[in-house]
Amino acid sequence: MLLRRKTRQAAPSWADYFARQTQACKTPALKHLYAAGLPTEDSPIGEVPLVALDFETTGLNPREHAIVSIGLVPFDLRVIRPAAGRYWVVKPPRPLRAESIAIHRITHSEVEHAPPITAILDELLAALAGRLVVVHYRNIERPFLEAAVLANRGERCLFPVIDTMELEARWERQGRLAGLKRLFGRQPPSIRLAASRARYGLPHYSSHHAKVDAIATAELFQAQMARHFRPDTPVSDLWI
Amino acid sequence: MEAEIQEFRDHISRYPPFDGLSDELLDEVAGAVEIAYFKAGTTIAERDGPVRALSYIRSGAVEVYRHNGQLSNRLGEGDIFGQLDLLRDRQVRYPVQAIEDTLIYLIPKPVFDHLCAEDEEFADFVELSGSSRLKSTVEQSQRNNDMIATPVRRLISRLPVMIEESATVQEAARLMTEHDVSSVLLIRPGDEEESDRVFADADGRPWLLTGMITDKDLRQRIVAEGLSTQTPLSSISHGWLIAIQSSESVNEAMLTMLRNNIQRLPILHRRRPVGVVYLSDIVRYETNNSVYLVNNIFNRTSVKALARLTPEVRASFLRMVDEGANSRMIGAAMTSVGRSLMRRLVELAEAELGPPPVPYCFMVHGSLARNDQSITTDQDNAMVLHDAFEPERHGDYFKALARFVSDGLNACGYPYCKGGIMATNDNWRQPLARWKAYFRDWIAKPDPQRLLHSSIFFDLEAVHGEERFVEELQDLIATQAKASPRFLAALARNALGRTPPLGFFRTFVLEQDGRHNNAINLKRRGIAPLNDVIRVHALGVGSRAQNSFERLDEISQAGALPAGQTDKLSYTLEFLSIVRMRHQAQEIKNDHEPDNAIQPEHVSDSERHNLKEAFQILSNAQSFLRFRYPSPGR
Repeated sequence: MLLRRKTRQAAPSWADYFARQTQACKTPALKHLYAAGLPTEDSPIGEVPLVALDFETTGLNPREHAIVSIGLVPFDLRVIRPAAGRYWVVKPPRPLRAESIAIHRITHSEVEHAPPITAILDELLAALAGRLVVVHYRNIERPFLEAAVLANRGERCLFPVIDTMELEARWERQGRLAGLKRLFGRQPPSIRLAASRARYGLPHYSSHHAKVDAIATAELFQAQMARHFRPDTPVSDLWI
Repeated sequence: MEAEIQEFRDHISRYPPFDGLSDELLDEVAGAVEIAYFKAGTTIAERDGPVRALSYIRSGAVEVYRHNGQLSNRLGEGDIFGQLDLLRDRQVRYPVQAIEDTLIYLIPKPVFDHLCAEDEEFADFVELSGSSRLKSTVEQSQRNNDMIATPVRRLISRLPVMIEESATVQEAARLMTEHDVSSVLLIRPGDEEESDRVFADADGRPWLLTGMITDKDLRQRIVAEGLSTQTPLSSISHGWLIAIQSSESVNEAMLTMLRNNIQRLPILHRRRPVGVVYLSDIVRYETNNSVYLVNNIFNRTSVKALARLTPEVRASFLRMVDEGANSRMIGAAMTSVGRSLMRRLVELAEAELGPPPVPYCFMVHGSLARNDQSITTDQDNAMVLHDAFEPERHGDYFKALARFVSDGLNACGYPYCKGGIMATNDNWRQPLARWKAYFRDWIAKPDPQRLLHSSIFFDLEAVHGEERFVEELQDLIATQAKASPRFLAALARNALGRTPPLGFFRTFVLEQDGRHNNAINLKRRGIAPLNDVIRVHALGVGSRAQNSFERLDEISQAGALPAGQTDKLSYTLEFLSIVRMRHQAQEIKNDHEPDNAIQPEHVSDSERHNLKEAFQILSNAQSFLRFRYPSPGR
């Protein structure tokens, strides 16, 4: 108990950070996001409003590459609400490179007519406010959003996320059984979105559309909670 | 349209009652869908819980229960539940449980109400499904099963895989491998003026559908020609493409494939490709019902687990009878279930006992061999062993194997054969040469008394192991029987032993049959003698067929019966079989053990009339048989 309090003092909690940012931020949308607050660390996941978020980007490096589309869908452990979700195509600051345009996806002409991200940023932040963000592979959504907000609003944008890929890695990549399997030369199973979904009997969706992927992530999270957790699991066991 | 709406819509539009909706209503449904996931074993709808939406199964499977806890129905992908409670505005009456990990699309009540108000067929479907108006339901499902009435989009199982024709063949091959498909559609950016093949994708961009590339094209036009894997797809494209509209019938799709000698057909919704249907999809469509159950059988790992499937076998039988399937379809489905059970039991036995010391074949007789099994049946089976079999060295193994399978079948609801025709009987577990000697002996020296007991062996089919052993026996029978008039005459005499229950004035002759006073045993007095008659004629023309309908076809082709006779017999067999199956289904619903005894007072006037007609035809057929194969010395 004593030890825990010490660690908390050393690294301030998300709640502390949110409280500070609410005071410090000048951008109204960010102020609103932080003011909407967070569930407490012991809130049961079954009672927390969630939002699944997915970006399509021109590459993996937030300093070089940019967001081209954003999909999000609000949900909780009971139900996912696609109709209440949002989808934007945005124009990156630098022109698209040929290799990033895969088959049957977002193309030059479409992006040409799209607004720059700064035009939709406030709407995006408003849609995230008051909800815990769920992503598949946090190293895209978190740094790209932070970079976009910093570039366009000059302030930081950080919040806890639940990463379905990290959760999947807990069972598929760690633990004694996974270690044993690796010892015997077995390939670790894929924890990409489609492969993870297949393990829970979830159907195949046509991927690489940000909103479809956001819905797919929300479904995967419901499935992970149903199989490995209980609705009263505290959020602090899940978020990062 | 947003991509996810298209995703939902493409799935929902393939299943009734949504497949008949207008595009506008479909869009409304897809746009309103909410989603929920349920782990296998969890409750989806609790009795007396609230109902706010129609549930559509996107993937997985559920079971619906009656109030007494009995299984009422099992639903899978594309099925709906909750409609009756929604219509009546009441709480959950039939609890629902996920038996697999299940993803449900929820269609909110206001949208459901709107569909009922706007679309009469939709309203009829949800109103009738599961209610007591069985007749309309049967008619409805018959219509749904009809290849002429069913739109081909119901057969689409996934979205088409598409690639720009400027890509290389290697990229196409990689995409096909990644999606595990044997064909891709070729597209190129289109512009508005171009042909009727231009469609817009999810983001509103126009594309032109230009062709399709298959595995075969890659083999023939690239690998065989020694072309580079960097060849652009456009240079090997045929430049033509046959496709049809998603609202066309399954039948039309099949005809289009046959007419053009192609195996796959792209399906368009308006101008947008929504899937590719394979010829094999159409074949599978016809036999879909029992597939699920058969899959399930092969997943079970113990006799106990197999025995727990018995209620499902019954449920599947009931469903087919209720859906108005004919006796041939039901017989074939129940046979495939019975054979699968048996095959699984043999696999489990071999896993326990180790591999067999010499090759062998497990064979079946009776209804399992004739492909016309109903819901209740004894086990009739035997074992053909390789001639290298040595009783002292190998005998124990096969005896144990037979025992395991026979006990397993008994546990799964196939009681032991009272006549002892089972592989557990030492007589019926013999090397191939010995079996050949048995059959030669029966055919050459046909003592009617002996034949009465052994004629059951003249319907035979392999279930597991060396199928050629059984084929050799079938060949032997087919060639020797037709050349042995004395044998056919003896078999014919046996076939006359059981007479139809008709009195002198065409009144029913009833029998005192256990608890059934004044009953007619449909199997003993109708179906079995008819099968006997057909078997004699079939052996007479050297037919190798085992199924009575197929035998009738071959008898007809050989011209062995007066014109029109085989049709009449075929109709009679169908009628008696389906009456028996319906009767058994009714017994099951009334919580009785299904049997073969029907009471004429309990059937309708017209059915009674048809029954008499059927028995009269059987009686005439027996008279003809007596004339065609007279007993020597009479």
